[in-house]
Order: sequence, then structure tokens, then C-alpha cells
Amino acid sequence: MTTVTFEIFRYDPDKDKEPYYQTYKVELRRPGYLMLDALNQIKWEQDPTLTYRRSCREGVCGSDGLNVNGVNMLSCMTKVEDLGADHIVVQPLPGMNVMRDLVVDVDDFFNKFIAVKPYLIRKSPNPDKEIYQSPEDRKKLDGLYECILCGCCSSSCPSFWADKKYLGPNAALRAWRYIVDSRDEGAEERLPILNDKHGVWRCHTIYNCVEACPKELNPTEAIMNIRKMLLDQQV
Amino acid sequence: MSVKIEYHKFDVVVVGAGGAGLNAAQVASQYCKTAVISEVYPTRSHTISAQGGISAALGNLEEDHWHWHMYDTVKGSDYLCDQDAAEYMTKQAPEMIIALEHIGLPFSRTPEGKIAQRPFGGHTAEFGKRAVKRACYAADRTGHAMLQTLYEKSVAQGTHFYSEFYALELLVNDGAVNGVLCFDIQNGELHIFNAKAVVFATGGNCRIFQTNSNAHINTGDGLALAMRKGFSWSDAEFFQFHPTGIYGAGNLITEGVRGEGGILLNAQGERFMERYAPTIKDLAPRDIVSRSMTKEVLEGRGVGQFKDHTLLKIDHIGAANIMEKLPGIHELALVFAGVDCTKEPIPVNPTAHYQNGGIPTGYLSQVIKGNMEKEEFVPGFFAAGECASASVHGANRLGTNSLLDLVVFGRTAGEQAAKYAMANSIVSLKDDAGSEGLANLQKYANANGKYTFGEIWGELTRTMQTKMGVFRTEKLMKECYSTLLELEAKMDDYRVNDKSSVYNLDLIEALELNNMILVAKACTQAAILRKESRGGHFRDDYPDRDDVNFLKHTEVYLEEDCKTPRVDYRKVRLQPLTVETFPPKARVY
Repeated sequence: MTTVTFEIFRYDPDKDKEPYYQTYKVELRRPGYLMLDALNQIKWEQDPTLTYRRSCREGVCGSDGLNVNGVNMLSCMTKVEDLGADHIVVQPLPGMNVMRDLVVDVDDFFNKFIAVKPYLIRKSPNPDKEIYQSPEDRKKLDGLYECILCGCCSSSCPSFWADKKYLGPNAALRAWRYIVDSRDEGAEERLPILNDKHGVWRCHTIYNCVEACPKELNPTEAIMNIRKMLLDQQV
Repeated sequence: MSVKIEYHKFDVVVVGAGGAGLNAAQVASQYCKTAVISEVYPTRSHTISAQGGISAALGNLEEDHWHWHMYDTVKGSDYLCDQDAAEYMTKQAPEMIIALEHIGLPFSRTPEGKIAQRPFGGHTAEFGKRAVKRACYAADRTGHAMLQTLYEKSVAQGTHFYSEFYALELLVNDGAVNGVLCFDIQNGELHIFNAKAVVFATGGNCRIFQTNSNAHINTGDGLALAMRKGFSWSDAEFFQFHPTGIYGAGNLITEGVRGEGGILLNAQGERFMERYAPTIKDLAPRDIVSRSMTKEVLEGRGVGQFKDHTLLKIDHIGAANIMEKLPGIHELALVFAGVDCTKEPIPVNPTAHYQNGGIPTGYLSQVIKGNMEKEEFVPGFFAAGECASASVHGANRLGTNSLLDLVVFGRTAGEQAAKYAMANSIVSLKDDAGSEGLANLQKYANANGKYTFGEIWGELTRTMQTKMGVFRTEKLMKECYSTLLELEAKMDDYRVNDKSSVYNLDLIEALELNNMILVAKACTQAAILRKESRGGHFRDDYPDRDDVNFLKHTEVYLEEDCKTPRVDYRKVRLQPLTVETFPPKARVY
């Protein structure tokens, strides 16, 4: 059985003056052993104090974004063997305040998500039936609505690290998901929020968010589309 | 030791932020001051994992009627559901789907722009004649689309959220439910929410099984909290073992795969469901398919090195079709089975998926306390979703009825709780409110014994898997119960290593494990005493349904020791609201 070394970021504000790294040995007990299996193995068999978030264990709830060997990913969807390393460094998502070990404060992340009014805004009265939407219009939401709010994108973004007020790629992606929805009539409420120095103009097209997204979505493209819409409106 | 507790007052407090909790909250918030307490951030709730669809007789692709849907629900439940609730839910379904669409849920569409629908297990036209397209869906991410839409709606509605708050005790004063004691996971602080009405939407408990499709949080906390206060768990013995869990991992492959044309194969390459359910074959209800698969394995026709599972083939519908309608499944099969389902079949096995019973309620989501002689509504207490039992699932839930249950009874619970809160004044807290939950918290926070989470949970789930699974016998279940008693005793010699006040997951796991052992005991005792086979409860020693003795709801209460299950029963509400009763018949598909 292959054994892999895990070097994990540890910090408990109750007792630690500063963070440190702790090393564990993990057995890969079957092909396809996941990062989450490895963390659970440590917690349940070696060190119950190791702290991390997890819930659905199948890549949809977005609880378990982590930085593994320098790259953001979900622990429940990442196979240890795919990392191609026998020494694995696990850190909390960068650019967010660490609460404890691998758990970061996500309130700011969610507040920025909420700031872009992420809900359908209707001015016209609704029909008795569903609001019709053609398959072509519905297709425009693909690549947008699948976001799981894990924070891997925003926490990989140097602009998000540098500007604490920057809305970040996640909020822009969600804003665009509603702006392009053929049923939505709230673009004029959202665009001024995005058209701000802490809004979409803060993106420097570094594309880290695209690299980091475990769902293979493209927040940078959403930001570019929003910018184009803002520029078109000014003409 | 003095303990600091922060007090809050709300009109309505909702515990749980899945589909039911959020729909209750967004509705109640329209009328009164409403808080949601959730162990995880709302978008991390387990509704997010629901894949295939939500049923409603919209008739967008072919003729359909709510009455046919009601019939399927009653028959699917093996006649144990309450027919007033089944009528209420199926009748409201079309309007509920439209309401969800109007708040933004990104449903997949038909060519003319209507909500798309597909077939699902046990859904038929004309009272069982043929399969019907009734499941509305957003690709294979229906729950994800729904949960996020409801979260966004409740944010817009001004709901107060307390995320990463763990409920320790349900508060009751003089028979009325009036609040919850909670633990803030992020900093270890205690909070008491005093409310006019409390809605439980705390989800299921299938983490008590080794092979399950559930999230880490699905540990039956809400049931345990309610039972400790003298309320019951209705139809506790009925679990749903979903046929198509990924072999080895348990993660779910939606029934939508079979809805889109997928078929189950044994080692001989035979589509064996043709033998077990000649009319609707692979789209038979889940209890029947799971038993059929297990039989194939037991009779030597399983696949793989250990001949212990079957195969789900979908590649014949074409890669483009799979990537459009089942993209999430493609990803899950790759990660958890190492299989590209556009080319090869997926290895599958039944996986513990859903708790069919729950805290008993009327069709207006009011919690019921009762037995065969009498029953009454509990003042201030409402429940919805998987933790509740209206009952629309009875002994076996139909696929897609869970999401429908969440939103319909979630909305109803929100409306009723708000109405109750506006008509009643707040019931004050007892002087010692929260003392029991606090004592339990301190017991584990200071636990310095021998046993830790990993070993006890491991034995609990292995035992439940092998002795309380798809096929049950008295002998196996009694062995199971004795093991559970041993595990319970070990909880008095438990150790929580982590002493931090910040995000102490070790402590939360201890509290969850304590709840899991309680609910495991309750359902095992209920199963031992139900000497018949019905829906998801199948006994080799009593293979037939027995309507004379067991057409009744089980109600598991706790004895005064708050540990030992006491099994009672309650009448099934066979009378629907407006239509005629569907009398029990043999269940053939």
C-alpha cells in the first residue's frame, strides 16, 4: 500500500500564537483514494483535532475548497494519486482569514455574492404558467448556474487578495448568470454595482479563477461580458 | 461553572436550511421576523445533492393529472402514506413548480420553452398503465438549482441566517414548543432562540449506514432532539435503499439515468428488471429495484471480482445526450468509479439514501403527538422535509417526490408557522431552559475516556449495513440492537481530544454520534416489531404485507430514561381530502 506524506497547515487561535505545519502519514487504501478520504483518515485514526469543512462528499455543496500543493481544489473530488506527488502540502484557501486549521471565514465571500442581487428580478407581471424560455436562451445559463460557491475562484485571485472590497470572480459570475437569463429584468440594478472600481474593472485577466474552478466554469469570461455590456451602454 | 448564553427572540425559528427549511423561511419572512439556524452555510445543505428531478403533473409533454400522481404516490408508499397528504402534495405540485420557476429556478426546457419533463420510477399514466414524463429537471442538478434559488430568494426576503449553529436542545414549556438551544460552531458560544413557532427541517439520517448517499451532516440530529422531548419518530423502520449507488462509494447515480433510457444488467448481460416488473421494468419503484438487484447478486448473477454488484448501462443513448442531460453523472462516475459512462456501464449497488418516515405531521405540517386512540397537534411545532412525515412516502418514497415534499410542506410549514406566530403570544422560557442540552454538551466537551469517533461510528455503520439492510430477519435485527447497546455504553467512556472553543469538529462529531446511536436503536426496534414486509422494510421471516395487523404508522417514542425506544402505533389517514380512497391492493408493476 502506498503511503503519502501530508504536511498540513495548523492553527488554533485558542492556543497557537502563530500557525505551523504538522506532518502525517496517510495510507492510500484503494485506487482513487480522495483527499477527503485522507483527511478523514487522519482525523478518525490519528488526530481528531485536525479541522476542516466537508459535507456532501461529491463536489456539489462547496464546503471543502482547499489549497493543495499550491492549487485550489475540492478535497472530495481530488484523487491523491492524480497529484503525482508523495509529499502533499495542504493549506486553507488563500486570501481569506483563517479561523482554524483549514477552515476560513467565508462571510465576506457570501456578502459579496449577495451584494450583486443574485436573484431573479422581474418588473413585468408573471404569467399563470411558467415564463417561457427557449432551449437556446436556457443554454446561455449553462456554464454559469453550476457554480457551487466553494470560493476556489475568488481565493485564487490576486486582485481579490489585494483589494479587500473587490467583489471577485464568483460574484461577477453569479451577476452574469442573472443578467443573461431571458426571464430577468434586473440588469440596470446590478450593472451600477458591478461598474465600480471594486467591481469588474478590478479584474486583471490573470485567469487564476478559471484554472481554480473545480466545475470548469469561466468567471473571467463573465467579467469580460459584463464589461462589454457596460461599455456598450456608455456609447 | 457559569455559562454565558445569548438570548434571541423571533416569531419563527427554522432549524435546517435545506429545501424545506429555506422555503419555510422565505415564506414566513414575508409575514414575520424569521431566523434560520443551520449547521452549515445554507448552500451546503444536502438538498444540493438531489439530481434527477421534481415531479408535478404539468402535462408539458403528454397528458397527466395530479390524481394519477396521487395514485402513484399511494401505491409507491405500499399504502402506508396518509392519503390526505398525498392529495394535498400532488394537487399543489404544478402550482409549486411554477412558483419555483417564477423565482428563477433554471429548469431545462422543451423546444417550445416549457419546463422539460422526463420519466422516473413508479410514475405512471392512467393509474399504472404506462410510464409518464412527470419529473421536471435542471439537467441532473435539480436540487442544486433549487437550493441556491431558494437561498437567494430568502436572502432577498430578509431572512436572518445563523450559519454554522448546531442545535443542542428543543425547548418546550408546558407542552408548547418555544425555542432551541444552539452552539455556535465558529466560537463555541451558546444561544437560546425563543420563538412563537419552531419549524424543524433538519434532514435525514442515512449516515448510520456504511454504504450511503448522504452528506456528513445527515446524522438524524433533529429526530433525536424531538424524541428526547417526548415526540415520536413515525415509520422509523422504513429506509429507502436507492438502487444505483456507485459500487464501493455509495454516491448516487440518479434514477434519471434510467428515465433517459439507462438499463440494469446482470453478469449474463441480461436486463433482469424485465422479469421483476414487466410493465415498467427498470423504472419500477426503488424498493423493488433494490431488492431485485440484491436477489440477482444472491443468486450468483452479480458482476465483478466478488460477483457482488450489477451494472447500469447508459452509453447507448449517445455521448451528446449524456453530456446534455446527465453531465453531473458523467463526472461522478469518472471520479468515484473510474468509468466513462459514455463508453462503459457504471458498477452499482443499493445505497442507503432516504429516511421515509420522520416527525409525524398533519398535511398542514403541524407536528402530531399520538397513538391508535388519540392524536393532537403540538402547539408551536411544525416540521417539513426529510425529517418529517406528513406522510406522503409511507413505506417507500417515489423518486422526485422528495424535492416536491420539501417545497410543498416547507411552504406550508412556513405559512402555518407564521400564521401561528401572528395569532399567539410568545411562550416564555422555563427557568432551566437549555439545561439538558447544555449538560450533554459539557459531558462530551469534557469527555476524557477511551473511545473516539472513528471506531464507534465505523462499527455502528457496519452493523446497520449488514443487519438492517435490504433484507432483514428477526435474528439479524436483534443482534444489531445488542451491538447498538454496546456502542451506547461505550459513549460513556468516550474521548473528545479537541478542547478548543473554535470550530471544534471533534466535539460536533461526538454529539452527532450520540444522536446516530439513538436513532439507530429507534429504527431497529421499530423494524423488529413490524412483523411483515412492506415497501423498504423487507423481512425474510415475514415476506408478505399484512394489512390486518400492520396497516398503521409506527411511532417510536423514548421511555423516561430518554434512551430506550418505546414502540407505539397510530392510524393511517386513508381518507383523502376530496377524492375517494385508494384501497390497498397487491403492488404489481
